[in-house]
Amino acid sequence: MIVAADGPPAVAGRGLRKTFRRKGGRGLGDGLVTALDDISFVVPPGALVALVGPDGAGKTTLIRAIAGLIACDAGTLTVMGIDVATDSQAVQDRIAYMPQRFGLYEDLSVQENLDLYADLHGVTGAIRAALYPRLLGMTALAPFTRRLAGRLSGGMKQKLGLACTLVSTPSLLLLDEPTVGVDPLSRRELWEIIVRLVRDQGLTVLLSTAYLDEAERCDQVFVLHEGRILAEGPPSAVTGRAADRTFQAEPAPGQAARILQSRLLDDPRIVDAVPEAGQVRFVISDVIPDPAPDVIPAIATTVATTVATSPLAGVSITAVAPRFEDGFMVLLRQQDAVPETPTPANPARDRSDLLVESVPSGDDPGPMMIEVHDLVRKFGVFTAVDHVSFAVARGTIFGLLGPNGAGKTTTFRMLCGLLSATAGTLRVAGLDVRAVRAAARQHFGYVAQKFSLYGQLSVAENLDFFASAYGLQGRRKRERIDWALHHFELRSLMHLASGQLPGGFKQRLAMAVALLHEPEILFLDEPTSGADPRARRAFWQRITGLAAAGVTVVVTTHFMEEAEYCDHVAILDAGRILAAGTPASVRAQAPADGRGAATMDDAFVAIVEQARARERAAGGTS
Amino acid sequence: MMAVIPAGLRRVEALVRKETWQLLRDPSSIAIGIVMPLVLILLFGFALSLDVKGVRIAVVLEDSSPTAMELSAGFNLSPYFAVQPVKSMTAAETLMRRHRVDGIVRLLPDFSRRSSRNDAEAQILVYGTDANQARIIEGYAGSALGQQALRRAGEGRGDATGGHAVVRSRLWFNEANDSHYFLVPGLIVLIMTLIGSLLTALVMAREWERGTLEALFVTPVRAGEILLAKMVPYFVLGMIGLALCLIAARFLFQVPFRGSVLILIAVSMLYLLVALAIGLLISSLTRNQFVASMATLLVTFLPAVFLSGFMFDLRSMPVAVQMISFALPGRYYVSLLQTLFLAGDIWAVILPDAGVLAAMACVLLVLTRLVATKKLD
Amino acid sequence: MTASVRRILALIRKELLAVLKDPRSRVSLFLPPILQCLIFGYAATYDLNHVPYAVLDQDHSAASGELLAALDGSGVFQRVAVLSRADDIKTLIDQGRALLVIQFGQDFERRLAAGGAAELQVIADGRNSNTAGTALSYVGTIVDRFNTSWAADHGDARAPVRAAMRAWYNANLETRWYMVPALIGTLTLLQTMLLTAMSVAREREQGTFDQLLVTPFRPFEIIVGKALPSVLIGLIQATLILLVAQLWFHIPFVGSYLVLYGGLTLFLLAAVGIGLMLSAVVATMQQAVLYAFVIIMPLSLLSGLTTPISNMPVAFQTLTLLNPLRYAIDIAHRVYLEGADLTDLIPDLWPMALIAAGTLSVTAWLFRRGFE
Repeated sequence: MIVAADGPPAVAGRGLRKTFRRKGGRGLGDGLVTALDDISFVVPPGALVALVGPDGAGKTTLIRAIAGLIACDAGTLTVMGIDVATDSQAVQDRIAYMPQRFGLYEDLSVQENLDLYADLHGVTGAIRAALYPRLLGMTALAPFTRRLAGRLSGGMKQKLGLACTLVSTPSLLLLDEPTVGVDPLSRRELWEIIVRLVRDQGLTVLLSTAYLDEAERCDQVFVLHEGRILAEGPPSAVTGRAADRTFQAEPAPGQAARILQSRLLDDPRIVDAVPEAGQVRFVISDVIPDPAPDVIPAIATTVATTVATSPLAGVSITAVAPRFEDGFMVLLRQQDAVPETPTPANPARDRSDLLVESVPSGDDPGPMMIEVHDLVRKFGVFTAVDHVSFAVARGTIFGLLGPNGAGKTTTFRMLCGLLSATAGTLRVAGLDVRAVRAAARQHFGYVAQKFSLYGQLSVAENLDFFASAYGLQGRRKRERIDWALHHFELRSLMHLASGQLPGGFKQRLAMAVALLHEPEILFLDEPTSGADPRARRAFWQRITGLAAAGVTVVVTTHFMEEAEYCDHVAILDAGRILAAGTPASVRAQAPADGRGAATMDDAFVAIVEQARARERAAGGTS
Repeated sequence: MMAVIPAGLRRVEALVRKETWQLLRDPSSIAIGIVMPLVLILLFGFALSLDVKGVRIAVVLEDSSPTAMELSAGFNLSPYFAVQPVKSMTAAETLMRRHRVDGIVRLLPDFSRRSSRNDAEAQILVYGTDANQARIIEGYAGSALGQQALRRAGEGRGDATGGHAVVRSRLWFNEANDSHYFLVPGLIVLIMTLIGSLLTALVMAREWERGTLEALFVTPVRAGEILLAKMVPYFVLGMIGLALCLIAARFLFQVPFRGSVLILIAVSMLYLLVALAIGLLISSLTRNQFVASMATLLVTFLPAVFLSGFMFDLRSMPVAVQMISFALPGRYYVSLLQTLFLAGDIWAVILPDAGVLAAMACVLLVLTRLVATKKLD
Repeated sequence: MTASVRRILALIRKELLAVLKDPRSRVSLFLPPILQCLIFGYAATYDLNHVPYAVLDQDHSAASGELLAALDGSGVFQRVAVLSRADDIKTLIDQGRALLVIQFGQDFERRLAAGGAAELQVIADGRNSNTAGTALSYVGTIVDRFNTSWAADHGDARAPVRAAMRAWYNANLETRWYMVPALIGTLTLLQTMLLTAMSVAREREQGTFDQLLVTPFRPFEIIVGKALPSVLIGLIQATLILLVAQLWFHIPFVGSYLVLYGGLTLFLLAAVGIGLMLSAVVATMQQAVLYAFVIIMPLSLLSGLTTPISNMPVAFQTLTLLNPLRYAIDIAHRVYLEGADLTDLIPDLWPMALIAAGTLSVTAWLFRRGFE
């Protein structure tokens, strides 16, 4: 250990308080938002520390305050013994910071962006020469150094941002959701780098993340909630809260995991349920008083069998080791349980208007709502989408997975008629997109990767505009807007400028807008990117409900566990489909020593790496 | 201390390089920096002229006597007028109502009879909407008539016309009364203002809007270094614009240059600094490109045309408007340019004007530095 | 069709909300026209009312005194110095302390009395030759008046021909009457063009354009929905300028408001058309602003406002036929000051309609091509 244990803490805050004035809140009593509410904490030197918490918990505010970008209203904050309030420049000289939205200079090339930050941090000569190959290799950007940053895909931009941050070797590294929008492959590589920095160079890292498996790898975790620290300590302290309460239920044959999962979630005693590798993992609430060792499994069995009121109620339950995420959900539920009114904590639970149980799933494929055949898109000599074919049946969820720059967004844009195809056929709702673009559009809703509603307009004004844009009028329009406000719990914020909404609410608004005209098809491009686990659960509950009601959903995601919600998935890399089928069959296709990979995450990495290795081999021989 | 300076320099150098790349890669900056000056030079050189010539007038001869004919012939010969003979006053009025002619000269039927009694009157009607042009026409027409009358009087009576005062005017600095002489300084002011303020007004606002500042702020870079780096490329671009104008002034417009080029370049740099600082200040305050461009237009560009004394005489404006013009850099620069081009190194003009520009540059730069903090709120 | 109209109305409503909701953009749309109109109404005048001059009177006669009294009494000329040596003229003019120096030779009165031409020399600071020329013409007028009264006083006959001058539409020949109505076109052109170009560029930069394109909007609906709000805002700005012209500057409006607004609407459509065409080719807001300037500069210089179109070389005169501002300024003048009716304005109206139709069609084509 190089770092002196008796040195000043890397970061120390006492009694930090910060309130913001929210603009545009016409008729909204609350103009002030408390982002940090009397926070005190210490980050020891040389530690890898994670900040987790739901959207709007104050994570970004806290990181910005440490970086000296905003001044706190009260409290003291020191970084390596330096007072941030009085000497923010001295702090900024010693740290590196990656904001959530890393503002790359889009008209500069990858290399030029890197050079700029290296120069600003005074990294030159031999150090730079040694650093660049490592950074470029890690981010897989080496082949693209001359490309303009604006031409990179979303995930590649994120990686370049991280590379620009890592050019300096500071004493403290602040990362605000560094892996949002980064594919699992690159995420693993990034984490290796971060861990190595901490271990080898004694760097202190403070990061916020929505991926709770990342928090699990940290030395210490702060759980933030509504501007306060809910829990702190090693990840195991949080994980421990779900000890003996975490189980796995195997759905009855022929039952989709997500159906079992959504029923489990309906039970108030269950704080969390997620489909995983064909099973459903669920956590029993700790509101149930401290149990004897065998009581909880009993409850679990009761719950699972009573909830799954299927005629084939042969659900088998096994206890599993808890993970950080399970503990986190228990912790948050506690929080909500105390002050909360009896209204369901999970907004998606009230979905009776969406969920139509009668729709069959699996047996009869039904009519194909989307048919893509031999789709090709070229940009100059570069082929972004290379002979892609797939079909999506009505009322099913289709997941498009793939590393950054694989061609997912390009495919999406062609499906939506935002981009014309170089070759191939595209039928959406039975209509040829290339021929009747405007007519096809009435049939689908689209949620872009980046928030793309009118930020200056209020929630209600956005809804009103898009409702009219889709031809809704009169009573019908009022009803649909009312439905959206109610269903997405936006009513209390309806007069707020949508640009000022916390991240999760922006996502909800975007969904609401896409669903106003009750489309038959929903396109979602990385809808859960950066959302906290609870918001993701709520989101997927909505999606499964929609699918059950007959809506066809096409979705891209970087959360591989979310692929388990899909009826069918396709893994895309370099514009080509590498594997396709049900999640189970894709898992089975993974080349992990002949047997199927345990999780979708592993399967994804294995499939992509195998394909790339084959590509390299082919390239080597030819 | 020794180590601090090179580090700062290297940072500025890196940022300047970045700004320069951005500038060179965005065709719109080049359009403003290079194409715009060339277009303006073309327009100022060949299209704009305040010299009146070929004014369309209708001459209504209701008297066909030789006296009247001779008078109308006088208008015909003048280079200032393009005469259109018209039969009746009604026809002439129709023409004028349609703005087919800019004025009417009417000689009544009894013109020659009354003229012999020295009591003749020529009616001159001008199209007054364009007051400035109308005034010039009145002047030209009046003097054309006057000369005519003098000549006739001299011929007819064979004696002197009586004592009269004659103005012999001399236009110093611009003997030939070439309007390029005063358009060129105006041209330079416009170009320097556009390059200096408009481009920089957008650059900071753009970084705010695109969110590129947040990561930049948390580096060892100082706010002052960011500002400095934003000024350097646009300063160079402004000087290129100046060079284009000077070349055009010398070789295209043949405007004399009676002062010292070095002083001209020095005061231009001062003005450019002021313009850059105004742009950066607006940009840092508004953080919004639309508002920034509107504000720049309002406080720099339009005043450079209207309140600098380049087109319109400042002394004739109401005191309140003059006060505003004193607070704006344009008038000092126009005064400097006019003096350096046409009059020479007149220190009594150069020193106070340059002093004000220097003071403005200092105040604005300090203000900009104070406004541009590395804070997000 | 009705669905289409409803969509367009929704877009118009959204555009207006987006622009008018932000207090800063509200201020930057409606305050500048008023301020500019006020300031430029005062500033943009070629009329002089304060000409500092110095006198070098080597005659010291009753005649020179009378002429100087006429100058001083004009209210325009202010005597700032009385010189005794010709050497002082240079300093005074060089330093810009006097615009004119009037010099009477020793025999000024003697020559007048002798019935000859008595010369007075006027030296003008030609650094702004336009101002100097105007001042000289003022001197000329005063000298003419002096000559008439001198002749009358000394028993000479009246001049054989007098000129009876009268100006139509603007009896006192005030430049302000010419400038302020012209601002209606000039100021609205700039802002509406910029507003339109930026509104599309902003949507592109912020990704909202894609969201718009996945709704059933057709390209022409987007174009109409983007154009009309800008036209409306332009009309509001024009109204503000019109109010300042009438209520503050008291410039009498003799025409028909209906005709004026009709003409302005056509003009604004043409201006917005240019803005939209621009927006279809630019990628960023910055480009929108800068290109808008590159376009606006020639448009305003070649509009005939600052220098008459008839003075330009033929090639440039032909070029001005493409300039909507040229027609707008003509319409503003002719309706405001001259009371022209619709038939009088036909030569101005159809070119603007053509420009609007042309730019909007090109935009539609560019938009459609953008999908491919």
